[in-house]
Amino acid sequence: MIPAIKIENLHKHFGGLHVLKGLDLTVNKGEFFGLLGPNGAGKSTLINILAGLLKPSEGSVEVMGHDVVNDYQAARMALGVVPQELVIDPFFNVREMLRFQAGYFGRGKENDVWVDEIIESLGLTDKAHTNMRKLSGGMKRRALIAQALVHKPPVIVLDEPTAGVDVELRQLMWAFIRRLNNEGHTIVLTTHYLEEAEELCSRVAMVKQGEVVALDTPANLLHKFPTKNLCVKLSAGSMPVSLSAMVKQQEGNAYVLALTKLSQVEFALSELRKANAVVEDMQLKEADLEDVFLSLVGGA
Amino acid sequence: MSLINEQTRGVYTLFKKEVLRFWRVSFQTIVSPMITALLYLLIFSHVLEGRVQVYDNVPYTAFLIPGLIMMSLLQNSFANTSSSLVQSKVMGNIVFVLLTPLTHLQFFTAFLAAAVVRGFVVGLSILLVALCFVELPIVYIGWVLVFSVLGGALLGTFGIIAGIWSDRFDQMAVFQNFVIMPLTFLSGVFYSIHSLPPIWQAISKFNPFFYMIDGFRYGFFGQGDISPWVSLGVVITFLALLVVLSLKMLKSGYKLRE
Repeated sequence: MIPAIKIENLHKHFGGLHVLKGLDLTVNKGEFFGLLGPNGAGKSTLINILAGLLKPSEGSVEVMGHDVVNDYQAARMALGVVPQELVIDPFFNVREMLRFQAGYFGRGKENDVWVDEIIESLGLTDKAHTNMRKLSGGMKRRALIAQALVHKPPVIVLDEPTAGVDVELRQLMWAFIRRLNNEGHTIVLTTHYLEEAEELCSRVAMVKQGEVVALDTPANLLHKFPTKNLCVKLSAGSMPVSLSAMVKQQEGNAYVLALTKLSQVEFALSELRKANAVVEDMQLKEADLEDVFLSLVGGA
Repeated sequence: MSLINEQTRGVYTLFKKEVLRFWRVSFQTIVSPMITALLYLLIFSHVLEGRVQVYDNVPYTAFLIPGLIMMSLLQNSFANTSSSLVQSKVMGNIVFVLLTPLTHLQFFTAFLAAAVVRGFVVGLSILLVALCFVELPIVYIGWVLVFSVLGGALLGTFGIIAGIWSDRFDQMAVFQNFVIMPLTFLSGVFYSIHSLPPIWQAISKFNPFFYMIDGFRYGFFGQGDISPWVSLGVVITFLALLVVLSLKMLKSGYKLRE
């Protein structure tokens, strides 16, 4: 079966800067795929190459079997991209903008029913005739998502879609994107909210300095990097120096210790006893994707 | 739907969007240049009417009108493509077009057609208002139309080049202030180049604006500084050169897909 996205040996240089270093990645049809990495890892460069906004220095990228350079028209027809920046065209209202965008993809009046459906699903009905300039940040974000979907692309790329978005919109947006995914659309998501990726994505790739450092399902990644968090609250005494390397987070006298194995619980408690620290409260929590992420790319 | 229909609709949509873009701000894009041209007409005709005789049996005011029409047409065709591109680049919304399957040729065609339309609308508006006050013959309507379209296309193409090259509005202003404006004023809008000293006559013949304005004026009066066929040849040559350059820039993604 042809994958939704196939990236082989992708390199991108900006002058002397080697941003993507032979990246290989395959996203299957119907997947909800997460692309994670710190700022500067090369995620946006990868998306820009996928969207045809940048040319690769070396390697190949295909969308639904169409090369993004040699067969760019078919590749772009198959792709909808929600850009990270809140860009707007100040001359037009939401509906006009969506109809123009559909028109660029060769869609005419027959597409209006779909445009109306997107407008309604994203809660833009009241704003359909409002000029883009007059929309709030959240509404602009919805309009950008709608714009990426007007030509019903089988592959949808969302580049940090929830940055600066309130909880209500985030939930509405994910419900809609999930629906699209259930209907067979392939979704590629980049986000800084790792709990989103953990909850939504069937697979995630972690990118560090232009290379994929991990690629698996969130469950497998958590299994491969078995970490637990020991949360302790001290009522007396302080954290001994022998445990300072394990401290991941501190808020007053509440500490989160990152454990790589369960036997470290006993070690931590004995060190606290030795230091005459009194534990007021204690919890052992499973690690999440953020812990895996930090252990893999935290030093970037 | 066949691919051809999809592609045609894509170009038409971009063209329509570009036309609506200037139409939405028509006071700035149509009325304002029309008033500027009419002010030129009012002042120059008041000062020079009866003192300057360029062609036999052609009053100076009548001589001036085609030049002013063409000047405004050229400036506005340039402004349409260049300002749209620079604005889209500065605001970032150029990605809406770059993400689509439109080819570089389709992109070029849509932008250019909209520029020609704006130039034509501005020129026609000035002509219609001027005809209320001045009697103006149109001897060869064909030449008038040919030079309107070619002039608009030439400056629209130049605007695409300027718009792609410029990253900021002040860079685009360099083209307007140091290229378009001097070439316009040294092209015979307000005078016949035969009234210039020989050296300036010779220099004027390297100015493509001179040929566009003279050819256009020939359509009105049936007389000009040079044969309209020569003007046509020069304008087509310049247009072809700029079209090749702008298509190369668009195809390579220069400053757009970088």
